[in-house]
Amino acid sequence: FMQRGLDSQTKKQLEEEEKKIISEEHWYLDVPDLKEKESCIIEERSFLRCEDLVYGRMSFKGFNPEIEKLMIQMNSKCKEEEIEEDDKMEADVSDEEMARRYETLVGTIGKKFLRKRDQRVLKDDDEDEDDEVEEGKSNTRPSKRAKKMFLKPQD
Amino acid sequence: MAAERGTAAEALVGQVVLPGDLLLLPAHYDEDAEGERLRLSAGAAPQGRLLCGPGLRRSGAGLLVTTCGLLRHRPGGGGAYWVDSQQKRYVPVKGDHVIGIVTAKAGDVFRLDVGGSEPASLSYLAFEGATKRNRPNVQVGDLIYGQFVVANKDMEPEMVCIDSSGKSSGMGLIGQDGFLFKVSLGLIRKLLAPKCEIIQELSQLYPFELVIGMNGRIWVKAKTIQQTLIIVNILEACEYMTAEQRKQALAKLSGN
Repeated sequence: FMQRGLDSQTKKQLEEEEKKIISEEHWYLDVPDLKEKESCIIEERSFLRCEDLVYGRMSFKGFNPEIEKLMIQMNSKCKEEEIEEDDKMEADVSDEEMARRYETLVGTIGKKFLRKRDQRVLKDDDEDEDDEVEEGKSNTRPSKRAKKMFLKPQD
Repeated sequence: MAAERGTAAEALVGQVVLPGDLLLLPAHYDEDAEGERLRLSAGAAPQGRLLCGPGLRRSGAGLLVTTCGLLRHRPGGGGAYWVDSQQKRYVPVKGDHVIGIVTAKAGDVFRLDVGGSEPASLSYLAFEGATKRNRPNVQVGDLIYGQFVVANKDMEPEMVCIDSSGKSSGMGLIGQDGFLFKVSLGLIRKLLAPKCEIIQELSQLYPFELVIGMNGRIWVKAKTIQQTLIIVNILEACEYMTAEQRKQALAKLSGN
């Protein structure tokens, strides 16, 4: 309901009045904050967590071999208190090698998406890093190299 | 307010309790600051929270009993108290594995009868390896073994046939043939206890397959109809037979 031609002062007055009205209408609780008591009792309606019940599907004397396998799996899980089996299958490639491969893979694919200028910067960085590794220097990063200038071929 | 004084919970373990009894818990579980001090100085207070199981409700300083039965206690993992009561009517509880009968297919959802007050719903995507194009082959009248994912008194219960990691682990459609019957919930819990004698004795008889649902339903399948019916009769009668009578009956059967 902004009317044209209203002075800025009268506008401010109107706004202040509006704010006052709004803040009076806002309700707030007069009650002091209740201290939340940490309860030490959990209510539970299922028997499963109270008693130690076995799995409901069973098979005996080889009637259903899949279920017999399942029985062993489920019941051993319960008895050993859910010892998580790390499914460490015999991998063809060891973890370390995977990590190394991934490291370089990410770099090469990432480079593909760089623009030309970024590629040049990246190249400089890479060379600096390689030098560090080769020379065995730690922490002393060589100062920025001058850009490679055109080298005149020596006769 | 209740005029009767409560009795210590530990004193009543293994005895019959009636609704309305108030059980007092040891000082560790008090919510006052004094309780805290006691806890720190005692040093032998159990860690973790107390589990208040079915049949008990938290009220003020103690637990109020709501069903009649025997009070049981489990000391491990912070301790748990619950009432072991006998009933035939099942109330859906989250996490329970039950056998349901498909009564209707409504769009993307199956309606299952689980013996509760309402039919439970089961989405067709809740099976292992089910996609929108690859629907499970479930017809009206089939038996399904699944677990509840939502089950409270305000909402319709919902079931799924996969567990939290997406594997079916034995749940899903129960095969053809076999016999479904209903027993009381107390017997179910007895059968599902680890090292149950009834199950061990029965397993010596014939090869058979058994699915036990927490809603009181058991499904049995053996090689011949006669064997199936024998097992059904033994399980039904187990409720009222003593161990001796049961062993006699089984001896007669294995002798025959």
